[in-house]
Amino acid sequence: MRTRLITASALLLAGALALTACGSEEKKADQKVDQKPGKTLVVATHDSWAMDKKVMADFTAKTGITVKIQAQGDAGQLTNKLVLTKDEPIADAVFGIDNTFASRAIDEGVLSTYEPTLPATAKQFELQGEDAGSLTPVDYGDVCVNIDDTWFTKKGITPPKTLDDLASPTYKGLFVTPGATTSSPGLAFLLTTVAAYGDDWPSYWKKLVANDVKVDAGWTDAYTVDFTAGGGNGSKPIVLSYSSSPPFTVPKGGTEPTTSALLDTCFRQVEYAGVLRGAKNPKGAQLFIDFMLTREFQQALPDNMFVYPVDTTVPLPAGWDTWAKTATKPYTVDPAEVTEHRSDWLREWRDITTG
Amino acid sequence: MGLEIRDLTVRFGETAAVDDVSLDVPTGAVTAVLGPSGSGKSTLLRVVAGLETPSAGRVSYDGEDLAPVPTHRRGFALMFQDGQLFGHADVGRNVGYPLRLRHRPAGEVRARVDELLDLVGLAGYAERMPATLSGGERQRVALARALAVEPRLLLLDEPLSALDRGLRERLAGDLHDILRAAGTTALLVTHDHEEAFAIADRMVVMRDGAVVQDGSLDEVWSRPADAWAARFLGYASVVSGEAALRLRERVDPGADWTEVALRRSAIRVSEDGPFAATVLAARMTPEQLRLDLDVDGLGPLAGVAETNRSVSVGERVHVSVVTDRLAPLRPADGRSRRTP
Amino acid sequence: MPRRTGAVVLAAIPLAVLVVFFLYPVAGMLDRGLRPDGHLDLGGVLDVLTRPRVHRVLWFTVWSAGLATALAVLLGVPVAFVLHRLRFRGQGLLRAVVVLPFVLPTVVVGVAFRQLIAQGGLLGGLDLDGTPVAILGALVFFNVGVVVRTVGALWEGLDHRAEEAAAALGATPRQVFTTVTLPALLPGIVSAASVVFLFCSTAFGVVLTLGGLRYANVETEIYLLTTQELDLTSAAALSILQLLVITVLLAGSHRARRGAVPHAHTAAARRPRRGDAGLVLLTAAVVGFLLTPMVSLVVASLRDQGGWSLQHYRDLQGDGEGNALLVTATTGLTHSLLVAVQAASFALLLGVLVAFLVSRRPRSPGAERLRALFDGVFMLPLGVSAVTLGFGFLITLDRPPLDLRTSPLLVPIAQAMVALPLVVRTVAPVLSSIDPRQREAAASLGAGPLRVLRDVDLPLAWRSLLAATGFAFAVSLGEFGATSFLARDDHPTLPVVIFRLISHPGEANFGMATAASVVLAVATTSVMLLVERLRVSSVGAF
Repeated sequence: MRTRLITASALLLAGALALTACGSEEKKADQKVDQKPGKTLVVATHDSWAMDKKVMADFTAKTGITVKIQAQGDAGQLTNKLVLTKDEPIADAVFGIDNTFASRAIDEGVLSTYEPTLPATAKQFELQGEDAGSLTPVDYGDVCVNIDDTWFTKKGITPPKTLDDLASPTYKGLFVTPGATTSSPGLAFLLTTVAAYGDDWPSYWKKLVANDVKVDAGWTDAYTVDFTAGGGNGSKPIVLSYSSSPPFTVPKGGTEPTTSALLDTCFRQVEYAGVLRGAKNPKGAQLFIDFMLTREFQQALPDNMFVYPVDTTVPLPAGWDTWAKTATKPYTVDPAEVTEHRSDWLREWRDITTG
Repeated sequence: MGLEIRDLTVRFGETAAVDDVSLDVPTGAVTAVLGPSGSGKSTLLRVVAGLETPSAGRVSYDGEDLAPVPTHRRGFALMFQDGQLFGHADVGRNVGYPLRLRHRPAGEVRARVDELLDLVGLAGYAERMPATLSGGERQRVALARALAVEPRLLLLDEPLSALDRGLRERLAGDLHDILRAAGTTALLVTHDHEEAFAIADRMVVMRDGAVVQDGSLDEVWSRPADAWAARFLGYASVVSGEAALRLRERVDPGADWTEVALRRSAIRVSEDGPFAATVLAARMTPEQLRLDLDVDGLGPLAGVAETNRSVSVGERVHVSVVTDRLAPLRPADGRSRRTP
Repeated sequence: MPRRTGAVVLAAIPLAVLVVFFLYPVAGMLDRGLRPDGHLDLGGVLDVLTRPRVHRVLWFTVWSAGLATALAVLLGVPVAFVLHRLRFRGQGLLRAVVVLPFVLPTVVVGVAFRQLIAQGGLLGGLDLDGTPVAILGALVFFNVGVVVRTVGALWEGLDHRAEEAAAALGATPRQVFTTVTLPALLPGIVSAASVVFLFCSTAFGVVLTLGGLRYANVETEIYLLTTQELDLTSAAALSILQLLVITVLLAGSHRARRGAVPHAHTAAARRPRRGDAGLVLLTAAVVGFLLTPMVSLVVASLRDQGGWSLQHYRDLQGDGEGNALLVTATTGLTHSLLVAVQAASFALLLGVLVAFLVSRRPRSPGAERLRALFDGVFMLPLGVSAVTLGFGFLITLDRPPLDLRTSPLLVPIAQAMVALPLVVRTVAPVLSSIDPRQREAAASLGAGPLRVLRDVDLPLAWRSLLAATGFAFAVSLGEFGATSFLARDDHPTLPVVIFRLISHPGEANFGMATAASVVLAVATTSVMLLVERLRVSSVGAF
């Protein structure tokens, strides 16, 4: 009796451990897209996902599909999770991979091909070449330096306008940014400087560090705690945020925001959606991507996720045309180049900022 | 039949706590296992209770092998040195516990609890909590609890050792009477020979995991197996070799023993005593003067004197030997099963 | 041999759970890192350990954790005396306050702390933001309670007659303390210090939020390597290093604990005297230090548009500005409570089994070693990166028969693994203190094993069981690390809701986050107060 039990528990242990060894070898062949979509659709996305319940209900009403949203961290974490779980995908569709991570997702074979008809104005946001078939642009946003206008007025200091200004002694100790290694807007800002200064970007960052730039872990910390106008008791009137942030600083009862975005400091982030390879409900995923391109969904984007719809013909919320303008000449870096150099850039950036 | 232990060995790692022990506990009698701490007596008791697994040997009761029978199905009861009453239950619930385990009707339990408390002299204590009782009272409750279901074998682990002397003597007498009144078969382990003599009918002496001697109280008492056993049983001195022969010559010339154990009262100061001795130390007790003597020809021996006689250290005295206060040891080739 | 068979069966259940929900996921993650191309790459692992950056990270981990541990011990021991050897009104509340940080979600504390030390905050003048001092402060904030509870539990049970004897022999109060009391407390102090060092060296949220990016410890480095750089080989190398260190620490803590079996009796506490004034003041300062971030949080939750208002609390019934939440915050709270009930039940069930087995007194050295190993293995979840565990869940529990990634039980199970060591540490000392002869007496009277449990163990242990359940419940309410990897957004727990709120722009969202944090803190405090009323000193002790 006793020996049998010991054997049994030993087998149990061994069996569980053996599970780690096997499994990763079996690769699932691309499933055929059924004609009928499944009843539920799991969408992996980033933590910033937010959407009107009514809009989502309309999708369900139209298609009979219930959408389950699974937030998986920021864009980088989202992409990396999809890479790690590509053998058994955690969702059917993904929304929120941006142009800084697009190449990694595509190169790692996370996505299957789907090319819906894009609104005419969305073409400019498409990825180049073959990659265009894997990811569909849904929205875009500009990561820009924001300033607290009220603070500068009160202090009688001329606010900064350009990237170079941030390194000027006038603004010493006034700038806070989320880190490039820990947040996607932070990475976007690093890419801004790469695009602006080319191979010289490290010396620009050295100047920023010399000028007491504060590097936080995430956007939340930078904006809500350190920024003077972010709701906390911050002390830094310059923060890295989005071009869409100012409208949220309109005080209750007021009509104008107290902050503004510096449109010469922006990096254009485009967010994409795609169907995951090995999805259980690929047809549903395709329908959802189609839906994201409809005017209804596109129009709801600014209010919910503070981004601009790729269908630029849909009207923006009140105030956005004046206080949340997009950059006319945003900085960009080719996604393939990002994927190629990301680790090197990040390592070098980290060495500069963490000394 | 009763309890039979055959060739029992219990090992903890390398050491054998019980080493090839065989003994019987006959029905209806109280058997005491007497030994110093570390002699393996408690381990022996735990094996009988089913709390310890033997490495070899067999324990059976009325012919039934007990190895596959778990503690709670052996029909025994175990009473510890400190009672181990359940602190969260009152006296009545403690005593009635084994009865409730057997699903006896509540009325019967109540009646039996009263009867048992009466037996141990604690009538009316049913509502008291254990924490409010004295040590002696707790042991009585523990005894009542152990007796509740009339166990076919009662196991007593130093039941009186934790009590003070006066109480211990009184309770030992009570225990003796109660066990006989209930007709209980009992196995008692103790390091205290007085406790063993007060309660038991039969005695087993253990040392280093082995049985040194067993038999009725009288058998063991009158013929200790060896010098160690004699001292452990309470004899004050052992005389051997030339001195023993000299003593035998004087007290029992016809006997053939070569070694003898003496109680303290075997050597008594008297004017007409046959031996001369030097007083090495003297100490007063209410009963008598206790002396350490150097007896000429016999060597250092314990002895006594009447309290009205004044004795001082260094004094030369005469001593006599009280023959019924000494016990010849068994010869080395005697019936004892093992000599250590 | 019925006893051993029973033990094997009982041990198999929690072991199986531990293997499936802890060892297997962690092993899965390490496997990916160590065999990136399907074959073992030890060279890569060793290479990682030679990088200067890794050396910096290791050095920071060691010194920050070491210093924080020293501070926690220096502050914790006097507080343990005041809260456990003296007797005064409101003591129960203070004891609950001391453990509270331990069960608060790091995300809440991180934000509260930063609010406090940011240049505009209450302590802004000290210019601590982004300095290691802030990290140290937060580490001490989280862990001083562990020292207080561990040392206090031991101190409470200490027989004060030994101190009286020393005093009678002419020892001054100081000599009594250094020659009698301190040596008796030492096992508890060493045990607490090793556990605190373990917590500090694996601290994650605090270091990430307060360290900015300047300071990284092994834990945050694993997080960055895994989630941002997908450098699983480096992450695995650091994880293995971490596991080794933790094993050594747990072994040390175990050895230390062996010297200190908590006494069953509770020595009478005395009223404070004039001579205790210094210690009482120090205690007040520590309690103040623990309360300040929480008070600043309460204040923030009541401020709206420059005035006082309950608006943020009213907002909790909605889903935040700009649909920040998929469900309302109150739904999050309801869900949190449900998850906490499930997690506490799992943790209690498994924890009691483990505590039962480790509290048995083994009779052979072999069995003793086995017992110690068994005990230690269940402490491991305390010190393994939540990132590694969370990702491990995702990549290992993904196919039948263990396709649990979408199961609603995944979060409670993960939280139960976190709470399990705490349940064991609460219940095991109580079970160990039961005289085994009580059980033997009952068995000899005819009680079977289950009956013995019911009649002997349960009446003596029920308080600790209840306290452990409450403690596990509170820990589950506040758990964020593992939960954030596993919770589904349509079923978030309150800490996840808070995190979502603070990661979405808008003052209203931040206000809601502070209000939700206060609600969470009140809920956990209430539970801990109830637990405190049970007067089980092993709660929160190691």
